[in-house]
Amino acid sequence: MDSTDLSALSITLQLAGLTTLILLLLGTPLAWWLARTQWRYKFLLEAVIALPLVLPPTVLGFYLLIALGPNGPIGGLAEALGGRSLAFSFTGLVIGSVFYSMPFVVQPLQNAFTAIGPRPLEVAATLRAGPLDRFFTVAVPLARSGFLTATVLGFAHTVGEFGVVLMIGGNIPGETQVLSIAIYDHVEALEYGQAHWLSGGLLAMSFALLILVYALNRRFAVVKP
Amino acid sequence: MSIEARFRLQKDRFTLDVDLQLPDRGVTAIFGPSGCGKTTLLRLIAGLEQSPDGQLRIGDHWWQKDGQSLPTHRRPIGYVFQEASLFPHLSARANLEYGVRRVPKQQRKVSLEQAIELLQIGELLERMPDRLSGGERQRVAIARALAAGPQLLLMDEPLSALDLKRKREILPYLEQLHDQLQIPILYVTHAPDEVARLADHLVLLEQGRVLASGPLDQTLSRLDLPLRKDEDAGVVIKATVAEKDSRWHLARAQFDGGSLWVKDSGLPLDKPVRLRVLARDISLALEQHPDQSIQNLLPARIAEIVSNDHPAVALVRAEVGTTSLLARVTSRALDSLGLKVGSSVWLQIKSVAVLE
Repeated sequence: MDSTDLSALSITLQLAGLTTLILLLLGTPLAWWLARTQWRYKFLLEAVIALPLVLPPTVLGFYLLIALGPNGPIGGLAEALGGRSLAFSFTGLVIGSVFYSMPFVVQPLQNAFTAIGPRPLEVAATLRAGPLDRFFTVAVPLARSGFLTATVLGFAHTVGEFGVVLMIGGNIPGETQVLSIAIYDHVEALEYGQAHWLSGGLLAMSFALLILVYALNRRFAVVKP
Repeated sequence: MSIEARFRLQKDRFTLDVDLQLPDRGVTAIFGPSGCGKTTLLRLIAGLEQSPDGQLRIGDHWWQKDGQSLPTHRRPIGYVFQEASLFPHLSARANLEYGVRRVPKQQRKVSLEQAIELLQIGELLERMPDRLSGGERQRVAIARALAAGPQLLLMDEPLSALDLKRKREILPYLEQLHDQLQIPILYVTHAPDEVARLADHLVLLEQGRVLASGPLDQTLSRLDLPLRKDEDAGVVIKATVAEKDSRWHLARAQFDGGSLWVKDSGLPLDKPVRLRVLARDISLALEQHPDQSIQNLLPARIAEIVSNDHPAVALVRAEVGTTSLLARVTSRALDSLGLKVGSSVWLQIKSVAVLE
């Protein structure tokens, strides 16, 4: 593994970690709201969130590139505020990844919150717990296996992304080059040894993460009487 | 001090429309067939359901008035749901403490220790809910509601999810609640037996409307309510043990206007008991016949006669002192004995159930 590979690994982990954190912060209230609302058009929002599941990543990447570029609304805003356009930057990658991995975080959380049902929260209310109190002491602990699944899937899916990153991040070693793209580069250059190292590493890591999820999920599950 | 509840709620095809004055002590049973709105009424009182123009006053405190409504978590209630609904991620002890921790000390009418003692759940505290039986879970749930120091205890068919054995296991605890605590209890049920055992006040609901609301003994003896059509129609009499006949294992239960001999199950003297006397267990006679097996004979005056659904059968309300009893007899018997309102008769009571 040379230094570009190491920095690709570091960028990948930072990107996945930061994306997962942002997604948990944004996705939790969103999933909570989706699980509880009676809003009749909620299905529209659910469809939007699920889009990355079916859309080719290059399509998503293309639109994000336009939006984040100097002439796009987000990139333009960033420039107007004194920054530089977000295309081909790490920040741009994080924004893209948040959209790309959103369903992998929001859906498990929403399912977990829905599965709780209204009763435990009503019980908590009759025991004097206010709305936030109920959320943190009842909803979150009861949805804990949903949080585990959401965290691991969000992280692993971000590690595995390729198309979106290539479109909006380009392939700048040490700045926006992530592992999946480094592998692609190695294969293009017929450096199969290095490609093996990185691919095998990713394979092992993904497998280990999934084993962890499934093993923990069993122990984590709240046994309902 | 009393409870005043006025609600109107339209839900699909169902309308709940109630205006109730309830006592602020003892057990008020809210009784009616399924779908009559009893659970909805309880949820409205808890604030779990909203009726925009409803009004609710508990003692001196308005919980809902003029479009303002206290959210559930600001109402000092205890709520026992039909299924125990313990938090599955918390041990029995942590379930109890959940409410206790959120209530200021001076508001706790019942201490945690008292609640644990009353429901006898000391042994169960370290277990998770999935390691408790149905009856044990419901006991923990009742203790949890009590330990939160409620000023009003709401119970929504707390026994209906349990089998007969578990019901028998919990009923004594509920009777203890009734006897030992000064908290008013609203108790939703569709089981006449629970009403007879626990209630002091009875609210009869049908299709979202209040058919009757009044003290238990008076309401059960009313002949203008659908209660009378029930096979188990009858009255509940509050009495005290006045005398014991140890040779024959009998006890005399004294009430206002008379007394009845009942089986002595080790009742101490002066113990208050409830006697349940069913209409079908009473027959009428013009004279006191000493030469017969029935031990309980009471002189009474007929106060009211109505015919039941079938014209062959009539229900008679007879007064013994201030106490009313119901008797179910055939219309032909009434006619041949020449009985009408105001007649004096002897009630021959075949069976009396002691409830406490």
